[in-house]
Amino acid sequence: MDIDLLQDIIIPIVKILFIAHLLIIGVMAMIWSERRVSGWMQDRLGPNRVGPQGLLQPIADGIKFLFKEDLIPNHVDKPLYVLAPAMLLVPAMIAIAVVPFGSTITIAGIDIPLQIADINIGILYILAITSLGVYGVVIGAWASNNKYSLLGGLRSSAQMISYELTLGLAIIGVLMLSESLSLRKISEGQGANPWEWNFIIHFPAFLAFTTAMFAETNRLPFDLAEAEQELVAGYHTEYSSMKFAMFFMAEYMNMIVGSAVVVTLFLGGWHFFGLEAIGGPFWSGVISFAIFFVKTGIFLFVFIWVRWTLPRFRYDQLMNFGWKFLLPVALSSIVVTGTLYITTNGNRLWIGIGNVVAAFIIAAIVAGMLAMDNNGKSAVQNTPAAAPLRGLDAVE
Amino acid sequence: MNAEMILFFIFGAVSLIGAIAVISFRHPIYSALSLIVTFFAQAGLFVLLGAHFVAAVQVIVYAGAIMVLFLFVIMLLNLGTLSEKGALTGKLKGVATVLGILLAIQGIYIAVNALNNTEVGSVEAQEKAAALAENPIETYDIGKLLFSEYLLPFEVTSLILLAALIGVIVLVKRENQTEN
Repeated sequence: MDIDLLQDIIIPIVKILFIAHLLIIGVMAMIWSERRVSGWMQDRLGPNRVGPQGLLQPIADGIKFLFKEDLIPNHVDKPLYVLAPAMLLVPAMIAIAVVPFGSTITIAGIDIPLQIADINIGILYILAITSLGVYGVVIGAWASNNKYSLLGGLRSSAQMISYELTLGLAIIGVLMLSESLSLRKISEGQGANPWEWNFIIHFPAFLAFTTAMFAETNRLPFDLAEAEQELVAGYHTEYSSMKFAMFFMAEYMNMIVGSAVVVTLFLGGWHFFGLEAIGGPFWSGVISFAIFFVKTGIFLFVFIWVRWTLPRFRYDQLMNFGWKFLLPVALSSIVVTGTLYITTNGNRLWIGIGNVVAAFIIAAIVAGMLAMDNNGKSAVQNTPAAAPLRGLDAVE
Repeated sequence: MNAEMILFFIFGAVSLIGAIAVISFRHPIYSALSLIVTFFAQAGLFVLLGAHFVAAVQVIVYAGAIMVLFLFVIMLLNLGTLSEKGALTGKLKGVATVLGILLAIQGIYIAVNALNNTEVGSVEAQEKAAALAENPIETYDIGKLLFSEYLLPFEVTSLILLAALIGVIVLVKRENQTEN
């Protein structure tokens, strides 16, 4: 194996530094826009004092976090308490490595794919890394040695396991049609126009994946792990200063990575009406990156929009929704896509229609069954996964 | 010593240290976390062998799903630190000793066999490893094999999993009925 200094070392390092910084700046931008957008939605101003339009507010927040006293309570399990924020932050950061954020850019005659690593199991890598994020939450919750924190951690682990299945199953249909696990190939497989993108062909799977992703990032309406009205602040109740900030950053990084993955899998990646092919080998790369950037930004706005619109699920609703509705929809997308792929020779129109019809049938069946199930009985007692809640009731 | 060898030793060492830590720690949470480290290092070894798919599945299934359940149960039962004597007492200790010795014999047998049959670090073995690193086994090929040559074991495995699934549902249902 010959190692070319420029190709194998300098260019990847530049790409990694670029993306890592973009991610951190993205977190700051997200914190600012979350507060401003929520202010706008609630007809108030939001932070607007530090810098123009309050744009420097995240920096002020960061300085405040750094200079606050780093408190470690006496009753915590110290090694794990310190380790937990990093266990959440690291998976959030390294998941971005396989996401293609543009086509290829040519600088000084060298073709540079706009992606840190194009591994042939890209999407599996994303699933594997995001499934590790739960440890930060669970370990942080346990090490805090606090009843509320532990409850948050238990809820979070049950939720993550439940929604991970949907996350994995919803992408199978996409993989069948793109015939690859590499995120670059999946991106390239989608055409230039919006009606050729995967979210049209796999619409129910797209919705299921997006919903499951909201659950994986612990965002409202799935933020039962924090649930400030019930659990103080859930798993990070005992954390202060920069350790709390790390939990916070990880949440936003997960959102950014999740949005980028949705854009890659379902929303056509860097394609937009052929705009990405305009210009020479340099400018087409820049434009494709800009398109990807804007799409991810729009999807991040959806995250904020949903958070300030929907109320939180109750625990049994969360489990019912995940297991009895989302999972069957994701499964149906596999069956329908596979069957129609064979019978119609891969006609995408039929696959798209079949997916939506199947999802509607499943929705009707589930709604009917739930209506029959809930005849006056408390739904919490009927859900096996609600055991942690029942257990605590018994203790008190 | 090339980069792959260095990585192999790093992953191997981490895997071993993790495995020893699993049985050395007195607290079950620390043991579970050490086990995750071991699984992770083994995933790294799979990547070095060119088995990217297996590595990803190792992380998703073992590190990502099964160990989360382990932690969940440990936290739910609120297991404390083990006493000085450890978890194994009485008859369990005897069973564990016998199984441990059997496992050790098996491990030594495999290691000796492998050392006799292949020359570690030989040109042939290195060429093979290099070829695998250049052309990793595609997920496509694994899928094809599963649905042709290994169709029967594959289907039997899925049936076993289905049986386990139904068993769990039955157990939970029965518990609910007695409660009501």
